[in-house]
Amino acid sequence: MSNENHIPFIKLEHGSGGALSRDLIDQLIFPIFRNNNYSELSDATAFCLTEEALITTDSYVIDPPFFPGGDIGRLAVFGTCNDLAVSGGKPYYITLALILEEGFALASLEKILKSALGAAAEAGVQVLTGDTKVVPRGKGGNIFINTTGVGRRVFPFPLTPQSIKSGDVVIVTGPLGSHGITVLAAREELKAAKHLKTDCAFLYPLCSELFTFGSELRFLRDATRGGAAAILNEICQNQNFGIEVREEAFPVEDEVALAADILGLNPLEIANEGVAVAVVSPSVAAEVCRKLKNQPLGKGTAIVGEITGINEGRVILETTAGGRRILDYPRGLLLPRIC
Amino acid sequence: MCLAVPLEIKEILDSERALVIQGSAEMEINISLLENPSAGDYVIVHAGFAIETLDIPEAEARLDLFEQMRTE
Amino acid sequence: MRFKTELSNPEIIKPILRQVEALAGKMGKDIRIMEVCGTHTVSLRKSGIHSLLPENIKLISGPGCPVCVTPTGYLDNALALVEDNRAVIATFGDMLKVPGSKGISLSRYMGTGRVRMVYSPTDLLDMAQQSEKPVVFLGIGFETTIPTIASVFLKAEQEKIANLFIYTAFKVVIPALRALLDIPDRYIDGFLLPGHVSAIIGTEAYSLLEEPGGVPGVVAGFEPADMLFAILLILRQIFKGENRVENGYPRVVKANGNPRARKIMERLLTPSSEPWRGLGIIPDGSMKLKDEFRRLDADVVFDLPQIKDYDPPGCICASVILGKKSPVDCSLFGKKCIPENPVGPCMVSSEGSCAAYLKYGD
Repeated sequence: MSNENHIPFIKLEHGSGGALSRDLIDQLIFPIFRNNNYSELSDATAFCLTEEALITTDSYVIDPPFFPGGDIGRLAVFGTCNDLAVSGGKPYYITLALILEEGFALASLEKILKSALGAAAEAGVQVLTGDTKVVPRGKGGNIFINTTGVGRRVFPFPLTPQSIKSGDVVIVTGPLGSHGITVLAAREELKAAKHLKTDCAFLYPLCSELFTFGSELRFLRDATRGGAAAILNEICQNQNFGIEVREEAFPVEDEVALAADILGLNPLEIANEGVAVAVVSPSVAAEVCRKLKNQPLGKGTAIVGEITGINEGRVILETTAGGRRILDYPRGLLLPRIC
Repeated sequence: MCLAVPLEIKEILDSERALVIQGSAEMEINISLLENPSAGDYVIVHAGFAIETLDIPEAEARLDLFEQMRTE
Repeated sequence: MRFKTELSNPEIIKPILRQVEALAGKMGKDIRIMEVCGTHTVSLRKSGIHSLLPENIKLISGPGCPVCVTPTGYLDNALALVEDNRAVIATFGDMLKVPGSKGISLSRYMGTGRVRMVYSPTDLLDMAQQSEKPVVFLGIGFETTIPTIASVFLKAEQEKIANLFIYTAFKVVIPALRALLDIPDRYIDGFLLPGHVSAIIGTEAYSLLEEPGGVPGVVAGFEPADMLFAILLILRQIFKGENRVENGYPRVVKANGNPRARKIMERLLTPSSEPWRGLGIIPDGSMKLKDEFRRLDADVVFDLPQIKDYDPPGCICASVILGKKSPVDCSLFGKKCIPENPVGPCMVSSEGSCAAYLKYGD
């Protein structure tokens, strides 16, 4: 990037709409996102969708912005695309709004934007428009990103808890807990967990596989903040069914299990960015697992439990030892303990 | 007050530090609270320190006792 | 690791449970066993062992939760150091959520560099060397943790690290057991003793339980079969009217514990009598820095105010910590007092009785 003044950090003037703003857009942002279909990147961009569209928005405030295996740019693109995917949509377009803190390094911004572009390419989505604002030092968090995603509905059935029936099977598509512990370890510089990586990934290929099962696929969601425990509780809250899961069945990678053990955390309560939770009819459960396991992201697919007619609104965990306890909604801050 | 994990020492790094493993995961711990740790020992790790070495014969004996209770 | 998986194996657990059920059935009446250690409170419930026990075995949570027994004034002093920019506070994760008397916790400052979380005290030496401001470590914990911290601070003294300090709130187990035994109208029939504290202090330390009028105590590990078998051993003793100390965790705990770790503890620290939150002063129930290490003592260096205790109205933590009342007896439990907005320490700490009961069910 070349500019006459060569300022390596974000200044308030970068957000004020004047010359410096223009420089930032023309010399850093446009070169990254300009493409054949959308070369102008004006204030508003026209696009067409011929079928029913889905729209979603999400903001990303993760700290630190760079973590092993990913960064906020990649997360912001995949996270929003995944929301569309688990709602039955194929993602097509995305917007990218940035709120930068005064003092944020331009080199870091460039890295993040290139990462976002790479993620968009992987997901087959185009960045149509964006925005950049700057807040004074101390009023932001280095970089915040909002992405709005638009997709085409490809799955005609609702994917809500109302479709779920007693006897249905609960499946997770991969090992749990990687993202949250990785970010926590990066933020607090916990040497004990320094080898971990985020599982941040684009889930549409897995979802697409699941869509082939039609209405036998009852429910789908990605397991983000609060982990699998949060999703499971969300599914059955205020419903006339409960969920029973088996501790032994949940896949967890060795490194994540060790870090969780020593930090006193439960992988089931920790955020993921590359795992989906699906509820399917019992008649297709085995076939679903087989198909997902054939996908690179789905190798760790496992059946973890069932929908039950008792214990309505609760998630009951059968422990490894053979006892039973509730698996509650994670509450309070996720913090390691030594006691 | 007692959260601790049993882990195997893979390598003694120096008088104060060792590498422990569990499956494919490894981490560095402090061994200055132990008398004579060796690679291959199982130790109880709390707050990044090994606080005691596991007595394997005792562990086996306990499991044997539990196995006996199964057949009673 | 064979024994770790075996100790969670339902086929191993069932036969032990059958014996527990048979004996508890024979005894008929309620049997009250106190889990001294917060980690047992959590492990018993998290593993599901609690759900398998017969109705008449009542597990009472005890005061072995270092966060729960730390007076609010200690937190207030730590917060003041951060707010006045006098020091960076370094702490284990456990203390981050604890609210001071104004309802603010140290977690508010996470990510700012003014409060730093550590997993291991070994991280403190590098942290201090890289920090422009003084670093004050919150020294909480029982005998499992104390030697690890002592080891690091002895090193800091040796290497003459000038900007690392410790604000001690160390507690020790035996004086607390003495206080529990001295309560009139005894409501405890037996103790499940803390496995990892015992690894340091040894089973010999518990001789007070074997005095006339004492109760049985079994040192227990934290795997499901360990805990269940220890409960069986306690039942057998109660049935026979015995009060002995038994080692239910011999693979880790020895009769004389870990003398090397104790020596390190005793090199840096000396017994002191400080208030335990809600329980008042427990004679020799705490440890503080020896005079020769005053230079490391944040209390001295920063001239910290004397600790005042503060118990919010309606909070019955003091009774819960002693095992006199159960969390469900508290009018605030699960309503005004919840993990997101804890009133008292028993809900704040992940090991606190109230937090455990709410999270895992009763």
